[in-house]
Amino acid sequence: MTPRTLAIAQTELLILRRNRWLFMATLIMVLFALALTFAGSAPTGSLGVDMLTVSVASMTTLSVYLAPLLALMMSFDAISGDVDRGSLSLLLSYPPNRGEILLGKFLSHLAALSFAMVIGFGTAGALAAWSGGAGVDSLLALARLIATSILLGAVFIALGYTVSSLAGSSTAAAGMSAALWLVFVVLFDLGLLGAVVMDQGGTFTQSIFPWLMVANPADAFRVWNIAASDAVAITSGMTGAASALPGWAAPVSLLIWPIIGLTLAYISFGRVEP
Amino acid sequence: MDNSLLIKSVSKFRGKVQVLNDVDLTVAPGERLALLGHNGAGKSTLIKTILGLTAIDQGSIRICGAAPGTSVARQTTAFLPESVSFHPALTGREQLTLFARLSGFPADVPGLLERVGLSDALDRRIGTYSKGMRQRLGLAQVLLGKPKLALLDEPTSGLDPISRQDLYTIIDELAAQGTAVLIASHALTEVEARTDRIAILRKGIKVADNTLSALSAEADLPTHLRITAHSDQIDQLAQQVGGKRVNGASFEITCSADQKMAELRHIAALGDAIVDISMTPPRLEDLYRYYSREDRQ
Repeated sequence: MTPRTLAIAQTELLILRRNRWLFMATLIMVLFALALTFAGSAPTGSLGVDMLTVSVASMTTLSVYLAPLLALMMSFDAISGDVDRGSLSLLLSYPPNRGEILLGKFLSHLAALSFAMVIGFGTAGALAAWSGGAGVDSLLALARLIATSILLGAVFIALGYTVSSLAGSSTAAAGMSAALWLVFVVLFDLGLLGAVVMDQGGTFTQSIFPWLMVANPADAFRVWNIAASDAVAITSGMTGAASALPGWAAPVSLLIWPIIGLTLAYISFGRVEP
Repeated sequence: MDNSLLIKSVSKFRGKVQVLNDVDLTVAPGERLALLGHNGAGKSTLIKTILGLTAIDQGSIRICGAAPGTSVARQTTAFLPESVSFHPALTGREQLTLFARLSGFPADVPGLLERVGLSDALDRRIGTYSKGMRQRLGLAQVLLGKPKLALLDEPTSGLDPISRQDLYTIIDELAAQGTAVLIASHALTEVEARTDRIAILRKGIKVADNTLSALSAEADLPTHLRITAHSDQIDQLAQQVGGKRVNGASFEITCSADQKMAELRHIAALGDAIVDISMTPPRLEDLYRYYSREDRQ
């Protein structure tokens, strides 16, 4: 990392702290994680797993929606905001190249998101463990949840930059980000579900569907967390699709997506003419 | 000495519209060049091509020998965008510190902000700044690291008259330290007194490029003489010297620059009947209108 990337990252982090984004994101994560942990603590006895496992299963469902949302909220105006203010042309007249600028923004946004995830899931996890017990397995599941949530966030931060570069204005970027979120998190799954129902257990359901599902980073995140822990799988009731895939499929998808996202962001940012 | 900025037959198309047409332009170290033109004449596009933000279709641009957009070019160029804004959550000091770190030059940030008159607002958020204060902050970053070329796009927009004076003082200091300064502007009267040379763009074509006096001589625009005389004689006098009556007490003569003295002698010979004479030489506004006229080739 160059000193110039560091300078941009530190300034962006300062902005996130100054406009209370960091505080609000962390607060949202803590509140939602706590609410789900304690609202979802009922089935502990009947399933024979500790409370942290139940908590992780609930928080996995939460994170599928919340991690992309928070990431996009942070990144959608990262480029278009500078274009709107007229400061992007000035920034680009300085020595850092576009890659350094993008990397600086990405590092700061990822750090802020990671902070919110660690504090939010960590607090809820600690309370669940304290009140209902935890084991090695469930602690590992919590660590996996936090790490994969950060990865999922990284994907959508990068996709947010792409949208921000292509949109031309922050207003358009906000709209496109909402559409992006809806497609990846809601509509994609609905579409697959529809296809499975139409197919009635044919070849599509057997061999194509699991791969299509895991190609979506949000679903890959869900599959990874569920498939990796039997206990989490039991509590979430989502075992069928995950078991049809080799164990590496979801992790590979979720690890490749940030690279795809950043490449797209770099290409589209390179085409921005302020 | 070599030119700090050398633009050679640059052309640029946006779709089918040619926004820059075979433009040549040079700025020497320490020279202050005013770039004039209507909205959409290609001034901002030309600046973007110099910064390497927009590709050119033909020609070449060199900034101290380097191509636009290269790291050498970016290190030697300072830029003030038109009506720039910064992130409202940062303070002036934080924003300028970021620019100093990006430029790679150690800088006296409070000193620079004091020089542009922002020392009181050092630690206030930019969100609370007025338009003029943001413009001053933009100017402060131009002064970072002694640039060899400064590109100022409408630098006086949003500034009050005193701030404009301050701005031109700073521009003069920049030029004195050897920076080539290119000022794109609409504010003709300011530019008239504070620049060494004037270039005029019209629809992407450079229609004029010279010192103010040389442009005046070439355009040969008329000088206006207004003569005030006793009202009872005015019609007769006007007829005598071939002038046109403008009101009850004065009439006007238009003549070319080389006939000016002859006319004055003629009027002086009229003796006591003349009360006062005022003379208006062609101003930059007239020149600008002349050179940017549609039918002129």
